[in-house]
Order: sequence, then C-alpha cells, then structure tokens
Amino acid sequence: MKITPATSQRLVVAVLWLIAAITLFILLFIIAYIFVHGLGNVTCSFILESPRRMGRQGGILPMIVGTVYVAALAVLIAAPVGVLTTIFLTEYTREGKLTSFIRFGADCLAGIPSIIFGLFGFVFFVIVLGMGFSIISGALTLALMVLPTIIRTSEEAIRAVPQAYREVSYGLGSTQWQMVTRVVLKSALPGICTGIVLSIGRCVSETAAVMLTAGSALRMPCSPFESSRTLSLHFYILAREGISMENAYATASLLILAILGINVIAYLLMRRFVAKVT
Amino acid sequence: MQNNANNVHSDKQMLQNSSGIIERDIFPSADSQKIVVDKFSAYYGQKEILKKIELSIFSGERLAIIGPANSGKSTFLRSLNRLNDLNHQFSYTGRITFDGKDIYDENVDVPSLRRRIGMVYALPVPLPCSIYDNVAYGPSVSGIKSRRRLDELVELGLKKAFLWDEVRDRLNQPAMNLSGGQQQRMCLARVLALDPEVLLLDEPCSGLDPISTAKIEDALLELKSRYAIVLVTNNTKQAARASDRTAFFLMGQLIEAGRTDELFTKPTDKRTEDYITGHFG
Repeated sequence: MKITPATSQRLVVAVLWLIAAITLFILLFIIAYIFVHGLGNVTCSFILESPRRMGRQGGILPMIVGTVYVAALAVLIAAPVGVLTTIFLTEYTREGKLTSFIRFGADCLAGIPSIIFGLFGFVFFVIVLGMGFSIISGALTLALMVLPTIIRTSEEAIRAVPQAYREVSYGLGSTQWQMVTRVVLKSALPGICTGIVLSIGRCVSETAAVMLTAGSALRMPCSPFESSRTLSLHFYILAREGISMENAYATASLLILAILGINVIAYLLMRRFVAKVT
Repeated sequence: MQNNANNVHSDKQMLQNSSGIIERDIFPSADSQKIVVDKFSAYYGQKEILKKIELSIFSGERLAIIGPANSGKSTFLRSLNRLNDLNHQFSYTGRITFDGKDIYDENVDVPSLRRRIGMVYALPVPLPCSIYDNVAYGPSVSGIKSRRRLDELVELGLKKAFLWDEVRDRLNQPAMNLSGGQQQRMCLARVLALDPEVLLLDEPCSGLDPISTAKIEDALLELKSRYAIVLVTNNTKQAARASDRTAFFLMGQLIEAGRTDELFTKPTDKRTEDYITGHFG
C-alpha cells in the first residue's frame, strides 16, 4: 500500500498528539497520585505545627520556614551574581577566549550532579569555612548550583535585546551603564525572571545538596546559622526510613502546590509586565 | 584657531572648484562652521570605507548626502557623533572638529557630544516604553530629574517634530502602538528634546509613505534655522527638495559638494551627473 502525502500528514499529526498526550498524562498522573495520597492529610494543623516523634505526628512548619529560608537566601545570592556576570559577559567584554571559557565553565557547572555540589558544600562551607550544618551553608551551595541556570537564561534574554536599542540609547547620550540598566535589563527582565523562577523551583525541590550542607534538624530555625531540614529532605527521610508515608505524601503535596504556585504567580506577573511595556 | 581658518579656506576652495562660485550668501562667515571634516578616512578592519573626506557643515543649513549603496554615507554620518566607536573594527585617520574641538580627542565627553549631535536612524526604533519615556529618555539620562522640566522638554520635542497634536492625549501609551510615520517623528522628537546643535538623519524616510515623508521634510524645513542638518538619503528627489547643499559620495570618496540647485542642474563631475540622472545607483 502506498502512503499518500495526505495520509502521512494525518499520521504524523496523530503520532505527535499521542506523544504530547502521554507526556501530559504522566505529569498529571504523578501529581494526582501524590495528591490522592497526601492532600487529605494536609490540614491547618499540619501546616502550622512542629513535628512530634520524628515526624510521625504533628506538622511541618519548621521545614516550611527552613525551605523558604534556604531557597530565598540562595536566590538572593545567586541572582545578582548571575545577572552581573551575564552583563559582564554580554555587554562589557568582547567575544573571546575569556568569555568562552567562562561560558564553558558555567555549562560544566550546570551538568554536575547535585550530590557533588552537596559534597563540595559539605567540605568547603561546612568544614573548611566552619559554617557547620546551617541554612547559610545550604544556601551558598544551592546558589552555586543554580548560578549556571541564571547565567544561561539571562544571557539568552540579554542577547535577544535588539542591537538597535543600544545604538539608540548611545545616540541619545547615555553612558554604557545607563544603557544597560535602563534599556537592556528592562527589555530582558521577563527572560531574566524566568531564569530566576526556574532557580527558585530547583532550590525548593533540591534534596541531596541540602542534606549534606543544611543538615536535617527538626527544630524551628531562628537564624541562618542554624541547621534546618527542607521540605524535600523531610519527605525523603520520612519515606526512606519508613517513619510515616501519610506525612511524606502530605509533605510532597505541599511541595508540589508550592512549586505550582510559584510558577503561576511568576507567569502572571510576567504577563502583566510584558503587557505594560509592549 | 589658525588651523580652523585654514580649514575654512580649503573648504571654500573646494566649493569654488566644484561649483564655480564662493557661496557667501549661504555661508556668511567662518563662525557658522559647525563641523569641519579634514582628510578623514575611516576603516573597518583593513577595509577603507571613507577616503580622505573634506567637508564642512554650517549651522543653519540642510546638507544632503547622496550616493549609491556602500558609498560610505552612513559611516560618514556615524563618524560625526562617534557612533562608529561601537564597532571594534573601526579605526580612522584625519580629523573632525566640532566648534573647533577635535571630537576624537580622548578628553571628549562622548555622551555629551552625542547629545549635541543628535541622530535619527533609517528605521524608527521606539524603545519598549511609553511615548513620554521615549522622548524623555535623552534629557533624563543627561541628569534632568525634575518632572516639570521633563514635561516641558517632551512637549517641546514633540511639537518641533509636528507630533504633539497627534499624541498629546496618549503620552503614556506604548510607543510601539504608533504608526510607522509617527514612530519616526517620535524618534525625531526624542533627539530634539535634547536641543542638539547638529541633526544627523540617516535615510529617515526610507521606510515611510509619501505623506509621512512630507511631514518629516516639513519639520526639517522648520528646524533648519536652529540646527545644522545633515540628511543622508537614497532618494535624489528628496535631496533636491529638502536641502540647501548636496554632497555626492561614491565608493567612499566625496566626488563633489555644492549648492543643491547647482549640483542638480549642472554637476561638474561626470559621475555625479550619471548618478542624478539615474544611469547607475
């Protein structure tokens, strides 16, 4: 039987639809599975109480606080460093050996498994710098881990800013820094924010790197120099050591809700921003 | 000063050679010489784009620069406000003075030079912000913070570019929403808000319809008393219509420069004649 172009077209469309549907189905299945097992146990007291008996009972408030602490600190450190590095790479140097070396380094950094970052953080921040198992050790480690993501996404966003904008800005008598802050960063902001939001997601969900650096204390963290257990690590320990599967799923549900929430809010903010300037 | 006087001399000499008369009527004194280009050559890498250009630009005149593609017109224009500096391949020999001062001197404050020598590009490039912010951009980066002063400058710029009446009620809307012709007049307003002394226009009407083109030309006519205007154009008819003096560039060389009416009626160089009569280009 000969396949006519029209048939092959229909065939391809069907296959593409099928593949897209499978991907979406798997994603929804995972989320649904966790929600079915965990959402029932997410109550006000679960969110607002401290854990008792190693997490068999009680809530997860210290883990929520710890996660917010670690992720926020990590992004607060990584975002300025990453964006400034990108500005240096794209606006202040010419394409050359140095820039391709830095870019190559960033790419290598992005490919390193998170457990290695954890090990590095453990050796360097926890032991050598004497920070101990603490939120700050975890945040610094995560900052290193997400730095390449931020650099790469910001770089793409900044490179997408038309060269003509730069010429216009110079033509109107701006200095280079004025041009960067008022024109380039402003136009690239949605792209840069995407990178930052992605990094927040990665920080919130990271397990291995924080296990070796932020530690797994159950108490409520008061300062960044104390150890704290993050949500994903709590989930891992509850499930791995068979402490409480119900609470593990409940923790996971909350984690997924948080990440979905971050993404939706970021998306809405970005859409509003884009609508305002274009 | 001595040097300056020499330049005046050589420029008039050249005009005399090319068109046969010294044009005292348009250029009353050496004082009105705004920009003097002296044996200026520009290179991108090894390639010589401009070859020993000698040309003066006077305040209160509209100078048109015509010539086929790749004749160095835009490079010439971009040399005048040092926009070529952005290209790392660029190098030059010779001298360009603005009010008697070498613009390539290393002590020159380039942003302030670019404010005094404003430029409008071939395609309108609105910055991705409101009309107001676009026009206020230049004054604001120059350090003006007072909202009232900025309001004044924005209004003044838009009025000079004949755009105020069309946009006064929607200054806070994105500049991208304007039509092509309006965008280009906004770009003109953006430069005029800085109150420059020289206005460089790089084929400002190449993407515009005839009505928008006419509006830009009207604005230029209105402006010429206050500024020296240099208009690069591919359109010889526009040069004939909207300029007092015309310079013809070919392959990086200045072939001839002279009063527009004379250059178009009795050009001295055969190549000029061929170009304006449409034999090439």
